[in-house]
Amino acid sequence: MIETRSLRTLTRRQLLSRGVAAGAGLVVGSGFVAGSDAAWAAEMDAMKPETFATLVQMARDIYPHDKVGDRFYAAAVKGYDAPQEVEFAQAGTDMLDDAARQAGFDGYRGAGWEADRVAILRGIEDSDFFQRVRGGLVTGLYNQKEVWPIFGYEGESYSFGGYIDRGFDDITWI
Amino acid sequence: MAAPFEMTDDNVVVIIGTGAGGGVLANELAQKGVSVVALEAGGRYLPQDYVNDEWESFGQLAWTDTRTTSGDWRVAKDFSNLPAWIVKAVGGTTTHWAGASIRFQPHEWKARTTYGEVEGANLLDWPIDAEEMAPYYDRAEDKLGVTRTNGIPGLPGSNNFKVFEAGAKKLGYKEVHTGRMAINSEERDGRMACQQTGFCFQGCKWGAKWSAAYTDIPAGEATGNLEVREKAHVARILHDESGKVTGVEYFDTDGNLQMQRARVVCVAGNSFESPRLLLNSASSMFPDGLANSSGMVGRNYMRHLTGSVYGIFEKPVHMYRGTTMAGIVQDEARHDPSRGFVGGYELETLSLGLPFMAAFLDPGAWGREFTTALDAYENMAGMWIVGEDMPQESNRVTLSDVEDDFGLKVANVHYSDHPNDKAMREHAYRQGAAMYDAVGATRTLPTPPYPSTHNLGTNRMSERPEDGVVNRNGRAHDVPNLYISDGSQFTTGAAENPTLTIVALAIRQAEHIAGEMNRGSL
Ligand SMILES: Cc1cc2nc3c(=O)[nH]c(=O)nc-3n(C[C@H](O)[C@H](O)[C@H](O)COP(=O)(O)OP(=O)(O)OC[C@H]3O[C@@H](n4cnc5c(N)ncnc54)[C@H](O)[C@@H]3O)c2cc1C
Ligand code: SF4
Repeated sequence: MIETRSLRTLTRRQLLSRGVAAGAGLVVGSGFVAGSDAAWAAEMDAMKPETFATLVQMARDIYPHDKVGDRFYAAAVKGYDAPQEVEFAQAGTDMLDDAARQAGFDGYRGAGWEADRVAILRGIEDSDFFQRVRGGLVTGLYNQKEVWPIFGYEGESYSFGGYIDRGFDDITWI
Repeated sequence: MAAPFEMTDDNVVVIIGTGAGGGVLANELAQKGVSVVALEAGGRYLPQDYVNDEWESFGQLAWTDTRTTSGDWRVAKDFSNLPAWIVKAVGGTTTHWAGASIRFQPHEWKARTTYGEVEGANLLDWPIDAEEMAPYYDRAEDKLGVTRTNGIPGLPGSNNFKVFEAGAKKLGYKEVHTGRMAINSEERDGRMACQQTGFCFQGCKWGAKWSAAYTDIPAGEATGNLEVREKAHVARILHDESGKVTGVEYFDTDGNLQMQRARVVCVAGNSFESPRLLLNSASSMFPDGLANSSGMVGRNYMRHLTGSVYGIFEKPVHMYRGTTMAGIVQDEARHDPSRGFVGGYELETLSLGLPFMAAFLDPGAWGREFTTALDAYENMAGMWIVGEDMPQESNRVTLSDVEDDFGLKVANVHYSDHPNDKAMREHAYRQGAAMYDAVGATRTLPTPPYPSTHNLGTNRMSERPEDGVVNRNGRAHDVPNLYISDGSQFTTGAAENPTLTIVALAIRQAEHIAGEMNRGSL
């Protein structure tokens, strides 16, 4: 289980004084990546914040859900910010940035439109890097209890007595 | 409560695995006064231990020891080390199962005769038939408390069922109802009624669903004749010079090798582990594996053709609320070759929670085509296809080069669809989608088969010793005191979920074994 709560919040002032905008809703600062609304920040243990920002963007482009905020994607890839994973993540995002430059962009995050980034990802989708990141997201993103309500999934029900009195047969439109 | 038997006690029946087959057999024998030692690789988990969380429950109960795969089935690509979704725990896969409990149709016992020669298929008639099985089905339905039998009312229809039912009726289907389910619709046998919790696959926390873990196994233990040793992983079955089995070697909970003597050995480890064990028990007398003079051990692996259809609607369905599988359409289960295939299929309601839906909807897929489907999760309805797949000699379990933590060769599972399987699946996808379209679906999604939940056929029953591994009683053709007691003895798979039949066969086998022991011929 990934804990979205492991991310912390910054004040707007801290954010503006310490960070620079890094494309779509992300801000990269020294030792952290944050949402540009300052609602969340991920502090780096081992990884360069630029690398992490690229991973977050990539995660969103792989499984884009417009109602799911960046903090959930950040939580889903935070596991790569560990000594034994950094090298893998760095090499992978370097490859991704190279692919983007070959397509004429200033790195992956420099490709401003989703369609352009998706085209870049299609070009590397058979790589181990892409497949591992994608595979990890299946649980890393969708197994966060905090995202379930966004999809209308209610999760655990035993402690509420099941759905017998809570709408297992409440459909009216059929 | 448990009766401790000595390792050297050679009067006991040893049962390997405590699921639908082994768990029921253990209790049935214990009730008849037979001494039984049941060895179970997994630990013991009861309703208070089950968790309403798909991945956490999977980690708690599922068999995740390595297996390898080959063949052109998609599972080999997407889940290469997880060919099956089955359980390693006391009670086996009856902790996970959804409870759908339907009998074979009479003609399905005679697939070779009914369907004729099918190229590339290794069809065979069962050596037993519907009439002979009827009384055992009666007893199995009573034991499991199957709804719509024995005067037990059906379960109420959930939201997912209501969508399914309305679509089925629009298509003109007649046999549509909330299923014959081993789930209490009212209190029975000291177990309460279903509370529509919706986590049937994760172990029923109310005990409303039948599972050997909290019914047959404790009932057997209460007789004093059954000892269940958990976390006991059987490595090998031993035999003497006359070719009779004498006991088994197993790794105990501390990883130490133990030897339990036995008068009779019954193998019930599900359709990968049972043949693996026979193959790993090869000796100079049985060089191709125990009981394998036919060469059929591990062959004819069947898994039901399966597949799912999800429909997305304008308004919410909340399919995850309530029983996971209480809904069935049986109109397509008949044998009607005019549809372009032999055999038939059932359509059953199914729901997955969001985490499993993300993993299984279209494994490997990404991008908006995939994510827009999940965005509509709340408005989804789902169904599962269960159809008869063809036995093929080349679909088989063999020993892999990979070894498990005990240094035992693991099972490799090879499977490729037969053309009949593909034709049937296509038909079922179209009918399933048409059901949802008929009630206003805005999008329908065919979903590929998940890692196999129904695993059958790898030690099949046959009249003649050269065609299969066991005879009409599940007794090995080659070894008089060795039995197969799980789904691996299935000669053919039929269109129905297998567990009721596994249980009926176990009840019948217990009668046979106890009778043979009384007659002094075992
Ligand atoms: C999610 C899910 C839903 C299902 N729903 C239905 C349904 O609705 N209806 C239906 O009919 N069927 C259903 N099934 C299938 C059903 O659970 C199986 O058909 C049935 O449990 C198989 O019985 P079995 O005795 O062959 O094996 P299992 O029940 O799997 O038992 C085998 C046991 O043997 C143990 N074992 C294996 N090897 C060894 C060894 N070497 N030493 C010691 N122990 C060993 C295993 O740990 C396991 O506990 C479902 C299955 C799943 C996974
Ligand atoms: S829906 Fe019913 S049978 Fe399924 S887990 Fe809940 S209470 Fe048990």
